[in-house]
Amino acid sequence: MMLLWNNLVGRLPFDWAHYLFMQNALLAVILVAPLFALLGTMVVNNRMAFFSDVLGHSTLTGIAIGVVLGFVDPFLPMLLFAVLLAISVNIFRQLTKAAPDTVLGAFFALVVALGIVLLSRGGGFAKFTSYLIGDILAVSPRQICWLFLVYLLVTVYWVVFGNRMVLTSISPVLARSRGIKVFLVETGFTVLLAIVVASSIRLVGILIVNSLLVLPAAASRNISGDMRAYTSNAVLISLVSGIAGLVASYYWGTASGATIVLFAAAFYGLCVIFAGFLTKTLTVDDE
Amino acid sequence: MNNTCNHCCTRVTGLSVKFGAVPILENIDIHLNCREIVALIGPNGAGKTTLLRALLGEIPFTGSVNFIVKGERVKYPRIGYVPQRLNLDADSPVSVMDFMVSASHRTPVWLGIRPSTRRKVIEALSLVSAQDLAKKRIGELSGGQLQRVLLAMAMSPVPDLLLLDESASGIDINGLALFYRIVDEMRKRHDVSVILVTHDLGSIAPHADRIILINGRVLCEGKPEEVLRDEKMFKAFGLSLKT
Repeated sequence: MMLLWNNLVGRLPFDWAHYLFMQNALLAVILVAPLFALLGTMVVNNRMAFFSDVLGHSTLTGIAIGVVLGFVDPFLPMLLFAVLLAISVNIFRQLTKAAPDTVLGAFFALVVALGIVLLSRGGGFAKFTSYLIGDILAVSPRQICWLFLVYLLVTVYWVVFGNRMVLTSISPVLARSRGIKVFLVETGFTVLLAIVVASSIRLVGILIVNSLLVLPAAASRNISGDMRAYTSNAVLISLVSGIAGLVASYYWGTASGATIVLFAAAFYGLCVIFAGFLTKTLTVDDE
Repeated sequence: MNNTCNHCCTRVTGLSVKFGAVPILENIDIHLNCREIVALIGPNGAGKTTLLRALLGEIPFTGSVNFIVKGERVKYPRIGYVPQRLNLDADSPVSVMDFMVSASHRTPVWLGIRPSTRRKVIEALSLVSAQDLAKKRIGELSGGQLQRVLLAMAMSPVPDLLLLDESASGIDINGLALFYRIVDEMRKRHDVSVILVTHDLGSIAPHADRIILINGRVLCEGKPEEVLRDEKMFKAFGLSLKT
């Protein structure tokens, strides 16, 4: 499959398309971008931008725990820690009456401090700074296979639980009155979010992973009148930003993840301006 | 007064709720016949919403709630619930059609909605005079429009008991009259019992069959004209009988 892909992209009449690392990175972007867009629609609907940021930063602690435990590849402890954190936050939110921001702020401080303390033992923190900005150009075929599995998992969850997530995001009490197991639906979503964030952190980096989740969905909101348009526009914006950012980073010699974010941010700005213009026009027409 | 079928009822017996050691509701007894609209009134903190949440199974309680439908006890009754408000941003992209379909169908709305499903939803919305709202985002609806859409959702499928939580708040006089008229038609057409929590004592009186005044426990109940003149009513709301 990978050979077929590499052959196919290699035939494109562009410089960048002849390099194996760009061919792999393009496939990774095509897999990751729709994932971020789908999850982002619910992150924004549920006002969970801060939560996904905490998850992104928790990977630092997961890496640190992996290093302390002697793992050569810290992916597994990073993934497990992110999932455990997602479940813990969800349970904690049920137990306390404190505002969600306060609970998340406490978890954020804890995981970041713990990660830095563990990684900085003996002055070794600099070795792990690559996780902060990520490197999608270094993606391996094995990572791409894993991303494909995650892609399937998220799609199946979205098909089976899509409507239940929509209703839960609007009113948990109303959702419960319709027989929806709100806690399970929310926990399932946060666990998926943790898996996607942990799986893509090496590609896009801790600092910008949240932007990739939030920006396509936030942009799409401005130009979409229903859930179908919201989802498809978010996926489209994410894909176009991903591919344009990757190719631009090749020509500009910049970090791919951050360049992708710049394109997504440009889309967000354009959509906000377009929505503002549309609202103004409609208001004038009404008058 | 409505004509009950005498085979369906909701019976709440000795219902009590405590938050820690603090009693919120004590020994509540309520008996509702089908097609009956009962208004639950009381001052702030009286436990009205707590009672609704207990009936919805949201919070633990002692006592019993029994639903008799067509002469037989139903273990898992259908409860239609119309919340006071939704947890929604004004720019939320969820349309009324998405909202209705997400509550009643499994095929995810983000993949698109089948024409047959659309027709069913439009039919349900037309019962509450909201068929023209299907394409609107729910964040754009007025208070009255939103309550009608929520009512359409609560009525499909037809519930055994309909709970309306402060539906009057945020609706103008015309919207409120239309809302109560629709509720009245629904309960007659579908034999539904209705419990309506409200602060708006003036507008509910013509529409309710009975009013129950609670403040931690049932203080008095009866026909609207009786309860609204009862001395306990004035005491509960801190009003004086003197004019």
